[in-house]
Amino acid sequence: MTAPAPSLQVSGLAYAYPDGHQALFGVDLTVARGERVALLGPNGAGKTTLVLHLNGILAGGEGTVSVAGLPVGKAHLAEVRRRVGIVFQDPDDQLFMPTVREDVAFGPAAAGLRGAELEARVAGALEQVGMAGYADRPPHHLSFGQRRRVAVATVLAMEPEILVLDEPSSNLDPASRRELADILRSLDVTVLMVTHDLPYALELCPRSVVLSGGVIAADGRTQDLLCDEELMSAHRLELPFGFDPRSVTVPSL
Amino acid sequence: MGVGHAHRLYRHGPSPVHRLPPHCKIAAVLCFVVVVVSTPREAVWAFGLYALLLAAAALAARVPARFLLGRLLIEVPFVAFAVLMPFVANGPYVDVLGLSLSEPGLWGAWNILAKGTLGVAASVLLAATTELRELLLGLQRLRMPPLLVQIASFMIRYGDVVGDEMRRMRIARASRGFEARGVRHWGVLAQSAGALFIRSYERGERVHLAMLSRGYAGTMPVIDEVMATRAQWSYAAALPAAALAVCVMGWTL
Repeated sequence: MTAPAPSLQVSGLAYAYPDGHQALFGVDLTVARGERVALLGPNGAGKTTLVLHLNGILAGGEGTVSVAGLPVGKAHLAEVRRRVGIVFQDPDDQLFMPTVREDVAFGPAAAGLRGAELEARVAGALEQVGMAGYADRPPHHLSFGQRRRVAVATVLAMEPEILVLDEPSSNLDPASRRELADILRSLDVTVLMVTHDLPYALELCPRSVVLSGGVIAADGRTQDLLCDEELMSAHRLELPFGFDPRSVTVPSL
Repeated sequence: MGVGHAHRLYRHGPSPVHRLPPHCKIAAVLCFVVVVVSTPREAVWAFGLYALLLAAAALAARVPARFLLGRLLIEVPFVAFAVLMPFVANGPYVDVLGLSLSEPGLWGAWNILAKGTLGVAASVLLAATTELRELLLGLQRLRMPPLLVQIASFMIRYGDVVGDEMRRMRIARASRGFEARGVRHWGVLAQSAGALFIRSYERGERVHLAMLSRGYAGTMPVIDEVMATRAQWSYAAALPAAALAVCVMGWTL
């Protein structure tokens, strides 16, 4: 029996924006099924550009991306977007329907699900993020942390192969931040997490990659990368004051 | 952020009118208004009967008269013009309380006032018994162009978000010592409006990106299909049918 295709395989990805600014210079990245990987890097490193390639919003440069063996391209864009669940940074951008329930139902309904099956999918996704009691609320009546969790549910409802989170801990208070970490740990799904929050990456992701200047500059155990002071300062990565990555026990790779 | 979870025009209740499917109610109100507008203005008694019909509908919907009359005040600025008509129109004049008023003007004013008030009252009743998102579902069911329904739905979702942004900008202006005192400060206000427009436009782009990521392909998926039974249609038809009978009498008598 052969091993399952990796959740995400990016090879030789290069991309220049129409205005000529080149953001990616040949990125190679493989994420195996079930892995949780942090994507670290300074502002302007090309993290967002890379993320937008994963579900085919941006395309047309060099290289290939495939999701669970399926190449990202015009031919099966709908299936790729179902498999790659992107949670954007601002939940107000992500939640665009009048009620939480309709928002979570949007993805699966766009994929053709109806009736009881759709209801079950919505209820399941909200249950996973602990928001089952809020189905009929309008999103703008929720707290920021709740909105972020609903945003995760909207993507989970599509039963994605890989969950891509853009700055999941930004603007969250410590309690909401911890609640979200508990939820992410409880999910049985591949996770790629774009973040500046290095302790959060250490807590959740056994493996990290550093994207800097449009290439993958480092790839390894999160703890090893964070302890490598030379690497860190070369890519404008800084730990919060008083935080020592050696002092905590972390999940093994 | 609002405390309530419904629009303030809406009044929650357990009445049979609340339970009617939204598209039945919208169709009924539309037909009622068309019938009222096509009634000859000389049939003064007919408008009295229409008012009684609406009162009966309000009773069935358990909407108190106070609530309904209070909401009717929205009409005042629009009928101000009607009040002027008897003074500015030409034609044979009649003496009312020592004032010489134009007779066609009086009829015109009466026409606008009576029909306008009945139309607004019917709409207020509709809004009081139907939630905003139900209204949208109803319009969708009635085959209103999907683009218009989507625009209305986004207005409801993002009205508060944009309002909040506007409030933050006002606070930011005030914190830097700005006070709008006269014409000379209009420039600053106009710039704020421009900035708000750009921000909203950019948010629109981000929302579109989030929609694409979840499989949006130009049409909103149908999540809630609203259905009506024959009994519900006939119940909703009672108001416009009765009004039609009155209208026919108005033309024949």
